[in-house]
Amino acid sequence: MAKPMALSGNFAAAYATKQINPHVVAAYPITPQTLMMEKFSEYVANGEVDTELVCVESEHSAMSACIGAAAAGGRVITSTAANGLALMFEVVYIAASLRLPITMCVMNRALSGPINIHGDHSDSMGTRDSGWIQIFNENAQEVYDTMFQAVRIGEHKDVMLPVMVNFDGFITSHKFERVDTLDDAAVRDYVGTYTPEHSLLDTEDPVTYGPLDLFDYYFEHKRQQVDAMRNALPVAREVLTSYARETGQNEYDIIEAYHLDDADVAIVALSSTAGTAKFVVDRMRAEGKKVGLLKIRLFRPFPVEAVREALAGVKQVAVLDRSDSFGAYGGPVFAEVRNALYDAESRPGIVDYIYGLGGRDINAVDIEGVYNRMLSASGRMAGDVQYLGVRGD
Amino acid sequence: MKKTIPDIELMERGHQACLGCGAAHAMRYLLKGLGPKTIAAIPACCWAVIPGVYPYSCMDVPLQYVAFETTGASISGIEAALRAKGKKEGTTVVGWAGDGGTLDIGIQALSGAVERGHDVKYVCYDNEAYMNTGIQRSSATPFGAWTTTTPVGTTKAWKLSPKKNIVEIMVAHDIPYACTASVAYPEDLIKKAQKMKDITGPCFMHIYAPCPTGWKYPPEKTIELARLATDTCIFPLYEVTNGKYRITKRIKDEKKKDVLDYLRMQGRFKSLDEGAIQSIRDHVDFEWARLLRKEECFGEEQ
Ligand SMILES: Cc1ncc(C[n+]2csc(CCOP(=O)(O)OP(=O)(O)O)c2C)c(N)n1
Ligand code: SF4
Ligand SMILES: [Mg+2]
Repeated sequence: MAKPMALSGNFAAAYATKQINPHVVAAYPITPQTLMMEKFSEYVANGEVDTELVCVESEHSAMSACIGAAAAGGRVITSTAANGLALMFEVVYIAASLRLPITMCVMNRALSGPINIHGDHSDSMGTRDSGWIQIFNENAQEVYDTMFQAVRIGEHKDVMLPVMVNFDGFITSHKFERVDTLDDAAVRDYVGTYTPEHSLLDTEDPVTYGPLDLFDYYFEHKRQQVDAMRNALPVAREVLTSYARETGQNEYDIIEAYHLDDADVAIVALSSTAGTAKFVVDRMRAEGKKVGLLKIRLFRPFPVEAVREALAGVKQVAVLDRSDSFGAYGGPVFAEVRNALYDAESRPGIVDYIYGLGGRDINAVDIEGVYNRMLSASGRMAGDVQYLGVRGD
Repeated sequence: MKKTIPDIELMERGHQACLGCGAAHAMRYLLKGLGPKTIAAIPACCWAVIPGVYPYSCMDVPLQYVAFETTGASISGIEAALRAKGKKEGTTVVGWAGDGGTLDIGIQALSGAVERGHDVKYVCYDNEAYMNTGIQRSSATPFGAWTTTTPVGTTKAWKLSPKKNIVEIMVAHDIPYACTASVAYPEDLIKKAQKMKDITGPCFMHIYAPCPTGWKYPPEKTIELARLATDTCIFPLYEVTNGKYRITKRIKDEKKKDVLDYLRMQGRFKSLDEGAIQSIRDHVDFEWARLLRKEECFGEEQ
């Protein structure tokens, strides 16, 4: 039975972690992630979990400890943000390459410098090619449910990859919302027990993780990693779409189409901004304007087909990117969506708006402005990369 | 009247530290000792916030914000460029980091800088936890302290491992000069800063900097508490010059205060039981006796 609780994104992640009761949690504090770990420390101090909590001395050590624990056959959870994820990068890449299904929350925050503690997606986007599955979440409810989904997806035998559970720093990590929670037994049933095919623990059948692997095999191993990522797409879709049936919680999918069926123009967004955009869509729909929203939840592997299908029939698309890709043509979400639309039968016009860097607010008026610009454009808008809400533009 | 503290102010008013912040005093005194020809590097820590949010700053010396784990390496780079450009003479390069930035995430970079022998001064202000991120344990958190990651619960309580001895780690590097200092003894702190300025080569200062927010005591008690830390021998003041120990604030046995006076003032120790308090007492006595022996065996020739 679902029990409603008032939880922030951080507390939802901590509560879900408690219910998963992983073997090992290794983490290092960084704003805006700290409250998840503090809450989890309380669960440990009160004996509410069996987890070994390792409070390491850096994020590099946090991920390294996770890798050690996962290779030893443990179910492992961690979390970080911004500079913490950047410092981890070397081992983030190794975790995926060793096919270790670690779950990591990233409370998305701007990267230094200069120092900024507020939300944007530059941290996770910096690791988008590291081999992790990445799911972006709109609110605390999604964070809560995604924690369990992440375990299922990552540990699936055809996948065996780590999963990043992303949500917006402060906006989602610190805001308290109603979250419908499962009872402990339901979570236990849903995530099951983790028995890896190989582990360092087995001295009868010794295995080696990550040996020297030169031009004879390295490429094949990378190719297998590519296959795992490809497998992750149908596995993720299956896990997400069957979640409601199995748990009685909300419906989920790898993308969420909001009033897209008859939309003339659409915005594509990730995470909490999608929530604001839904509010704007409702308001503009009430005025008879044919606007829609595509929220992308699964960013890695990128759901090319699903995105293309969802945007079929839309005449004009605006992508909202909460990070920039310096020197590239538009932000990371723009690049993916535009790429996906290249083979579409009717290719809509597509423009990019970089917004919200360092936590700069985006509000309903900004989003309405983007819709109105698309609606009033005389022809197809294309190739335009703009900056939303920045001085001097 | 003879002034014992230099008039110069290189840290202006308007900083953003909490009321009663020991770390704010510490910087002010340090700069009085190092003087105006100082270049500073500061990693993530409370002191990354204290100078002010752009476009404001209370600092009157050149300052670079560096990544959390990099202070030792960053000041090595600054010093190398000064030398390459022939500008090192008369300029002091100081890295200023918290206990987490020094004893935990930054210890590798610090060790490298000291081993290579850069002419840099490294100052760690110690508030015994990660305060900037909300009072999580560090390896400088003492045994027995509550933090948000060593909470007092039904099956586990407070931090169980001891505080890392960073000065001894520096001494093990054969560092030319390492010392402790406290905001309760500003003359001593400033004298040591001046000494560091005049030494060519790496120097390390470990400043005791109480934090009312994290330790749970009233802000007006900062100096009193810092003084007690030294008077109980929990945080002795001493220096090690080329391996020679000298205690700079001698605590006579009959004047030595009981650790309980110190522990009782702070909310972070409020759950300690008799056994834990006794083990803290024993540990402090043991370490103090050890320091006295070090001074006796490896002290300056009298
Ligand atoms: C790589 C990295 N990890 C984590 C952080 C988050 N962080 C900023 S300050 C801080 C704690 C600093 O503790 P300390 O060095 O003791 O200084 P204090 O805040 O106590 O003054 C942490 C964990 C960061 N900025 N960068
Ligand atoms: S938290 Fe503590 S160290 Fe940080 S500014 Fe406040 S009093 Fe100073
Ligand atoms: Mg500290």
